[in-house]
Amino acid sequence: MVGAPSAQVEDFPLGTSFALSPDEYIGIAPKLAVKEGDAVQAGDAIFYDKAENRIRVTSPVSGKVKAIVRGEKRRLLQILIEADAVIRYKNFGAGLPKDAEAAKATLLDSGAWNLLEMRPYGRVANPSDAPKAIFVNAMATAPFATSAALALAGREEAFAAGLKVLNLLAPKTVLSLDKEEKSDVLTQAQGVDLHRFEGKHPAGNTSVHIAAVSPLNKGEVVWAIQAQDVAILGQLFLTGEYRLDRVVSVAGSGMKSPRHFTLRGGMNLTNFFKEEVKAGVYRCIAGSVLTGKAIDAEGYLSASASQISVIPEGRGTDFMGWVLPGIGKYSISRTFMSWLTPGKTYDLSTKLHGEERAFVVTGQYDGVFPFDIYPNQLLKSVWAKDLEKMEALGIYEVVPEDFALCEVICTSKQPLQQMVREALDILHTEMN
Amino acid sequence: MKFLQNIFDATRPAVTTGKLKPLYPLHNALETMMFVPDHNAHSGAHVRDAIDLKRTMVTVIFALVPALIFGIFNGGYQHFKAIDELANASGWAQFFTMDNFLFGAWKIVPMIAVTYMAGLGVEIYFAGRNRHPVNEGFLVSGLLIPMTMPIDMPLWMVAISTIFAVLIGKEVFGGTGMNLLNPALTARAFAFFAYPSFMSGDKVWINTSVEAGQKVVDGFSGATALGQYATTGTTSFSAWDAFVGLIPGSIGETSTLLIVLGGIYLIATGIGSWKIMLGSTLGAISMGLLFNWAAPYMLTESQEQFMSIPFYYHLVFGSWAFATVFMATDPVSAAHTERGKWIYGFLVGFLGIMIRVFNPAYPEGMMLAILFMNVMAPLIDHYVVNANIQKRLKRAKA
Repeated sequence: MVGAPSAQVEDFPLGTSFALSPDEYIGIAPKLAVKEGDAVQAGDAIFYDKAENRIRVTSPVSGKVKAIVRGEKRRLLQILIEADAVIRYKNFGAGLPKDAEAAKATLLDSGAWNLLEMRPYGRVANPSDAPKAIFVNAMATAPFATSAALALAGREEAFAAGLKVLNLLAPKTVLSLDKEEKSDVLTQAQGVDLHRFEGKHPAGNTSVHIAAVSPLNKGEVVWAIQAQDVAILGQLFLTGEYRLDRVVSVAGSGMKSPRHFTLRGGMNLTNFFKEEVKAGVYRCIAGSVLTGKAIDAEGYLSASASQISVIPEGRGTDFMGWVLPGIGKYSISRTFMSWLTPGKTYDLSTKLHGEERAFVVTGQYDGVFPFDIYPNQLLKSVWAKDLEKMEALGIYEVVPEDFALCEVICTSKQPLQQMVREALDILHTEMN
Repeated sequence: MKFLQNIFDATRPAVTTGKLKPLYPLHNALETMMFVPDHNAHSGAHVRDAIDLKRTMVTVIFALVPALIFGIFNGGYQHFKAIDELANASGWAQFFTMDNFLFGAWKIVPMIAVTYMAGLGVEIYFAGRNRHPVNEGFLVSGLLIPMTMPIDMPLWMVAISTIFAVLIGKEVFGGTGMNLLNPALTARAFAFFAYPSFMSGDKVWINTSVEAGQKVVDGFSGATALGQYATTGTTSFSAWDAFVGLIPGSIGETSTLLIVLGGIYLIATGIGSWKIMLGSTLGAISMGLLFNWAAPYMLTESQEQFMSIPFYYHLVFGSWAFATVFMATDPVSAAHTERGKWIYGFLVGFLGIMIRVFNPAYPEGMMLAILFMNVMAPLIDHYVVNANIQKRLKRAKA
């Protein structure tokens, strides 16, 4: 794809407008801890989980709760926070924790707990679980993903501290790296099982690493976290302050100059887009083009995003496009003449290229689905909401992002990630 | 192209609201046929592959076209050969003549048109009834059905077979993607059992209608190569003629050469499963060799002769090639697992040749073999998938 980012990392002013969206925290049923007009410090709880009220989401800045936006049936959509000029951070106590309980308490209080993802189900980790391992992912293979080595530059100490904390929480910490990874901070990491993987996307997905190192069986739990987030977590214990600052790759053909920025989760991106995105109709995506969520021009950076992708919005119909040779059309199949130019980089737009149809083609997903799982069969059981079948076919080993490439190449344009998300949610409700 | 788009835009309100609503699937089908719509990805991945179901289907049609055009020429060629009025030329010049083409087209184009009208009519009716867009599967089925028919098939029989196939072969199972049987073969099987005198025997493969002053040549037999084998144990056609396709047979099945080219195209584009095609080839060869070995032990002489023909003859005579490349590979009715495709493909070839030789009523078996394997495919998949499930359970216990 066109628009790869340069390795340059720049700061961008945080601005004064922030927002938290409860929808982004999968598995949390939000209950508000603040009212409109309340003053908050950075690190104060904004809302917490109804079922497990130790899990909370905290304010990224100090300031005032400006508005609480609700949708249909009073569903919480956004909590808007107006930031102070100088940000006051709540102190959670500097220094590494002595035991798992102390670590958990600090992580939960500060809101950093949400950086840990639970597998199976792909939702915020449950502090009552006893995971058999924690998988730290330092292998970014999605298009334009922020490389872990770049993100950790200058944060080596925080990363090491974060790994120590993770070691308290689970018997084993697995760090997965690309076969070619040379950065010392990763290759010399202490207290971890190092595993190296090679290959194109989705070789960097945590599910692939889990399946290779220690496949998940029914009833087992592991936690997953991104390498950069380990540094954020380590920083919390080193300084006592929780700052959700990430090196974010901002790339795609819609960027004037694709590069990296240090941005804070929840910040407003209006000015950022105004300055950095070309004129024209572009879609800005928090996350990769495969799994991210679209953000509007006045939107906010989601709390989990470590990259922003900017690609052209698809426009216009395509006369007889299904019959013509299709030179210059991107397809993994060789049904278009474009297969004759394999090295070409494409400026992909958000076009769907067709309409949703019934499942017809078989064997198509297998090439981009590196698991010992039959994707078509699993998806059909997902579609039929047959929980027993899903279980038998390996639903516990996957999360929606593992189906992203299947979704890209799907002839029938089925919304696979959404289907898997819904199935996992139903399964979680049934099982707990 | 703007004016076309304007027509669709102008007529859209009429079919999205009001009395003409049942016509919306038709409108939508025509519009998406002319223009790949400007839909954008809204959930999940933001970039998508350019392929869609229409592209997949049209790829199969591209692969079919050479065999179809050959079939049209062959329709005329066989007719004029039967009445001894071939063009006065030698070699291929005698085959690729305007007369041959026009005669074949005059017979075959109406069959294609009738099939599409009947089949798409049913599809659009069900799309309107069940409120879903028209699926493109029939684009291929609609071409496959006439290509598996004899040239003299009455149009109304083609239409009824097609309607039966779409209704019973597809819609009763829930429409495209859910069917158990290959719809095109369902049509052929229906015609075969409902109108046997039009679908089998020696008289149907070549049009022998004569006008004043014309007559069928002395000693003419319209039997196919396999028909001759079944009755006499030998054939008057050479394997080479059969390979290039200068023999009587169903419209699309005769030219093994062009079918193989179509097959290569399907494999190269990734649309047709090479595992099924190779599996069927291996199955047919195994059965052929098995017959060669068993031939001396047979009781009747004609059977012994039929069984002792070189194994590769089975690949060029009859419908093996067409069935393997275009029928067995239908992704919906074939095995869905990659390992299952090997088993499925092998058994299609193996059983097809077996039925062909042993079936006393009709010397061809690919249609029955594929329909039988269509029914068996879910069973094959079941065992393949179950092995995966067992592996997972075993791992959990360990």
